[in-house]
Amino acid sequence: MKREDKFNELERKLKRWKTAAGNLPQKGSSGRTISGETLQPLYTPLDIKELDYERDLGFPGEYPYTRGVQGNMYRGRYWTMRQFSGFGDAYDSNRRYRYLLEEGQTGLSVAFDMPTIMGYDSDHQRSLGEVGRCGVAIDSLEDMEVLFENIPVDRVTTSMTINGPAAILWCMYLANAEKQGVRLDRVGGTIQNDILKEYIAQKSWIFPPEPSMRLITDIFAFAAQHVPAWNTISISGYHIREAGSTAVQELAFTLADGFAYVEAGIEAGLDVDDFAPRLSFFFNSHLDFFEEICKYRAARRIWARHMKERYGAKDPRSLKMRFHTQTAGCSLTAQEPENNIVRTTIEALAAVLGGTQSLHTNSMDEVLALPTEKAVKIALRTQQVIAHESGAANTVDPLAGSYFIESLTDKMEADAEEYFRRIEELGGVLKAIDMGFFQQEIADSAYIFQREVDRGERVVVGVNRYNSGEKPQIELLKIDPGVEKKQVDRLKKLKEKRDNSAVKAGLQELTKRAAGSDNLIPHILNAVKVYATEGEIIQALKEVFGEYREKPQF
Amino acid sequence: MTRKNVRVVIAKPGLDGHDRGARVVARALRDAGMEVIYTGLHQTPEQVAETALQEDAEVVGLSILSGAHMTLVPKIRELLKKNEMENVLLLVGGIIPEDDAAELIQSKMADAVFTPGDPLEKIISYIFEKGGKGD
Repeated sequence: MKREDKFNELERKLKRWKTAAGNLPQKGSSGRTISGETLQPLYTPLDIKELDYERDLGFPGEYPYTRGVQGNMYRGRYWTMRQFSGFGDAYDSNRRYRYLLEEGQTGLSVAFDMPTIMGYDSDHQRSLGEVGRCGVAIDSLEDMEVLFENIPVDRVTTSMTINGPAAILWCMYLANAEKQGVRLDRVGGTIQNDILKEYIAQKSWIFPPEPSMRLITDIFAFAAQHVPAWNTISISGYHIREAGSTAVQELAFTLADGFAYVEAGIEAGLDVDDFAPRLSFFFNSHLDFFEEICKYRAARRIWARHMKERYGAKDPRSLKMRFHTQTAGCSLTAQEPENNIVRTTIEALAAVLGGTQSLHTNSMDEVLALPTEKAVKIALRTQQVIAHESGAANTVDPLAGSYFIESLTDKMEADAEEYFRRIEELGGVLKAIDMGFFQQEIADSAYIFQREVDRGERVVVGVNRYNSGEKPQIELLKIDPGVEKKQVDRLKKLKEKRDNSAVKAGLQELTKRAAGSDNLIPHILNAVKVYATEGEIIQALKEVFGEYREKPQF
Repeated sequence: MTRKNVRVVIAKPGLDGHDRGARVVARALRDAGMEVIYTGLHQTPEQVAETALQEDAEVVGLSILSGAHMTLVPKIRELLKKNEMENVLLLVGGIIPEDDAAELIQSKMADAVFTPGDPLEKIISYIFEKGGKGD
């Protein structure tokens, strides 16, 4: 029988099956993904008729990288188990990091407190009540030195979730590495440094878009020359998803941001292959298991295709989308928090089957507070069980070829392409941000989702169904209320003992250079090395750059 | 008491930018017929109290996910009192541990605390029950 005839025959039989199945009871699953995408009850070879193995999937480590960016994936090396962590002052967090490393964690990931994220020193009026609360307080190089005391930065890579002031915290990290006697070309890690998603979703910005993009391309250029093993940006869908987007919106908006950074780098005069290999990504892993796996596969393929065809990248490393994954904080429930361990396990498994390079698993109590040591250990153990007991790491991209998986991967790629067209029509990412396009799309999705939960159309176990009404009986981490004062006192002492004329000169030089067009990283590094504080450096830049304001909408 | 046109200010005090909850709640209250003013992000306590005064708010909803609630909420309550707005219904939402919520309510710093998993309807009916100074 010819191929076409076989398909016709199959189509006929499928119709018969649909009629029969249509007459069966329909009391179970709604057939909709968590993103509201309606799925077929059954997928067959008809759904992947057009699939061309070499063109659309290929081999792992080869274009278009649908099946993974490394040739042998987890046979070669497991993903990095990297728990996002930080609280109190540098001493508290240093203790937690050493605990995690002792428990088998393989990389560090720093969570900063809100003042650090927003560019305020701990003694600033706006920092009142926020110091060390939802991350670690870092004001100067001195704090960074404490944070990494007895942690060898040439052997452990560190990811830092910092955006507006990324250049400053990165310079502190580099200065500390040099003090530890580590050459900059031996230092590895990641700064998030993704300002576009801040305007879109996470809303922790400092400067307006234009100077922010300049700092980012300055980092690209400086790293290409001096810190070649550093991931200069982690283009993030995580926060877009947490803000309420669908899976396709997360995919499309994140990649659109990625393309905007590539264009900014090219416009700044860089060769695409000089900086693109160090671009990395960061995705959410939500509860809809298969949709998430397809999202990662589609993301790799879209990135490779655009980088090659649109931006003319030639270095294979420029085409490979490497990404970190964090399980979905927004999927956790305050009610019966132990259930969150199960949710996180499902999400972590999706990330692994989707080929992530590193993973953070949320702790069950993170919807209530920062995690306790016990909760974070269970979260880390979840990854270790998946890696070493479940068998999920044995085979590369094990779900490939599934009618459903390939069909949904294609669909998500096509839907993302449709978003790229719309963004292009609006005049690009920055224009679309300015018009509130992304923000509104996300707010709409979040609202629709919440309404469905409230109406009981979506079941959240332990919340709107199967709720025992018991109060959670778990211990929560308390942040020492004395941290703020301790940190402010340390900062005061630092300002007394450092060479204040060198600080002043460094800051004045920085303001001067900011008004011109030089790469600012060497000047920030100089200021950091004489112990200028983060807040002072930000202020020196604000004088030229100004501040960003968003028009409130809902 | 089910009075429509209740004037509500939804505010994001402090430095955290997590505005999903604030925006979803703002929209739900508007859809329920209330007049909703959203301050936008990164507000100081002074700015929140000033907006409440300017907008003649009967209800102020604070969304805080940064852990700074024990500092920010009492500060805003105090400033509202200074503006002779002691009758304002002060609601708090976000990541608020239960002990803290109990303390805020007991000390009358907040009138009610809503946390993840609470349905929008609960907030709406609470406001309609308690909100407003009369018909």
